[in-house]
Amino acid sequence: MNDSVNDWGLAGVSVRYGRTLALDDVSLRAVPGRIAAVVGGDGAGKTTLLRCAAGALPPASGRAATPGIRQTGYLSPSGGIYPDLTVDENLSFRAAAYGLRAPQARERVAEHLDRTGLAAARGRLAAHLSGGMRKKLGVIAAMLPGPALLVLDEPTTGVDPVSRADLWWLIAQAAAGGAAVLFSTTYLDEAQRAGHVLVLDAGRPLASGTPAEITAAVPGTIRLCPARPTGDPQRRRAWRRAGQWRLWEPPGAPPSETVQRGEAVPPDLQDAVVIAALAREAA
Amino acid sequence: MTPLAQCVSVTRAFGPAVAVDHVDLAVSPGEVVGLLGANGAGKTTLIRMLLGLLRASAGQVRLFGQPPSRQTRRRIGYVPQGLGLYDDLTVAENLAFAREVFGGDGADRYGLPAALRPFAQVAVGALPLGVARRAAFTQALAHHPDLLILDEPTSGVDPLARARLWETIQDAAEAGAGVIVTTHYMEEAEECTRLVVMAAGRVVAEGTAAGIVGERRTVVVDAGDWAAAVGLIEAAGLRAILSGTSLRVPGAAPATVRRILVGAALPARVHEEPVTLEERFFQLAQAGADPSSPDRTGAGAAP
Repeated sequence: MNDSVNDWGLAGVSVRYGRTLALDDVSLRAVPGRIAAVVGGDGAGKTTLLRCAAGALPPASGRAATPGIRQTGYLSPSGGIYPDLTVDENLSFRAAAYGLRAPQARERVAEHLDRTGLAAARGRLAAHLSGGMRKKLGVIAAMLPGPALLVLDEPTTGVDPVSRADLWWLIAQAAAGGAAVLFSTTYLDEAQRAGHVLVLDAGRPLASGTPAEITAAVPGTIRLCPARPTGDPQRRRAWRRAGQWRLWEPPGAPPSETVQRGEAVPPDLQDAVVIAALAREAA
Repeated sequence: MTPLAQCVSVTRAFGPAVAVDHVDLAVSPGEVVGLLGANGAGKTTLIRMLLGLLRASAGQVRLFGQPPSRQTRRRIGYVPQGLGLYDDLTVAENLAFAREVFGGDGADRYGLPAALRPFAQVAVGALPLGVARRAAFTQALAHHPDLLILDEPTSGVDPLARARLWETIQDAAEAGAGVIVTTHYMEEAEECTRLVVMAAGRVVAEGTAAGIVGERRTVVVDAGDWAAAVGLIEAAGLRAILSGTSLRVPGAAPATVRRILVGAALPARVHEEPVTLEERFFQLAQAGADPSSPDRTGAGAAP
């Protein structure tokens, strides 16, 4: 929908740490007003990718397009919050770093603080905030400049559902205001809300597209099984989800006689990511 | 049959703050009980009382029919949020240490699961998170505990690793252990035989995931211009949650939402879908903090 020059993001980016290839030819567009999710396990390369997209790490090859440091909001994995400053002091410090005047900054964050339950904690040391409140403060600080590009590294990991809803409200506010939003997550239901999803594994893109495109490209069939499948390879291709066993039958795999096969179910994003990991295990 | 763990009207106060308020809970062999609640709802305080790390201010905590003690701790496997492993010891050293603490004979009776074998000689601090969590599970299960207590056991782990950890939990339950597990991940809550939802120190809902969700429905808005729709719904004092390019407005009446959008001449389709467990949890958590709400259950006001 938007191919304008105002797109940010990565094109064919690779990053090396010493001899380790942390990112291998990865592309991801950041489109104004849209939310894109980066998913993958621990060590998949999500943080490296977001650092490149935020302009905090130059790629070894490929291109990273950012709107510049003053137009980029970035939530780093540590949150960029000083534990020995209060909520207000953290925000003032960040505002000064972005070159914002104090009244302007105050006006910008007032509603955000109010709406996410942080207004009553303005004088509290950040060290005394709960994990969820600290993440919210980090995101509000990253949104201070009214950035054209907002890059959030796991804003919701370990956060309870109430704070997570607040964080999603902030993310939606930023996108509705025209920012291009990139965020990483290990929660696939959150990624399902994004307009575009990039699945990373060991630095390589496993899948990329809208959630519907990714699930449509899942090879083979998923079946619900009434009991845990036994015997190899079925046992390795089965996993538990929401109280049920699911079995992946790759294309062309002969149906097993030892497995009671239940109904086939259409894959969602979480199934797609699990199957990509199973396929890699098998390879 | 005596429950493995039982709380009867358990209360714990820290000065004037009541962290756990008249909580009843029972866990039987083979049960997986999910303890849900926002940060500060009282889950961790309750767990610390079950472990014997904290005394109840009032009420009764019983483990295997006795008050919590070192003897009862021996029959519990515990995975704390921080994993409880020594970062500068290897996986094998951590397991050997735990074996000695729990009075094992020093022999490696249980061995390492295949997934951990390549990491036996790696310091825990250098492990990927998913592997470290697997090691913490192995350590907690090594003495064949009767009761497993898991505090956010899968946080930050990818979906396949999460599914594999849940297989371990279910295997332990099928072998007769009782499990108490906290999670912020609602799909995991559906793995539990029973859920206990806490808010502001109290139990505000209890039952299966399906029972807690019930027949409730949520308003869903499909508007071409979702950003404008968010603005209108929010301006009316309702909370809209973005889901793809749809908006979900839990707790609102469809007619109200329709009126808001029609009033602004914004083209949109408004319909209803079953409420998700996360949305229901959200309502319970909000209501639990509001003493006047009908969703707030439990007898007696806080002193």
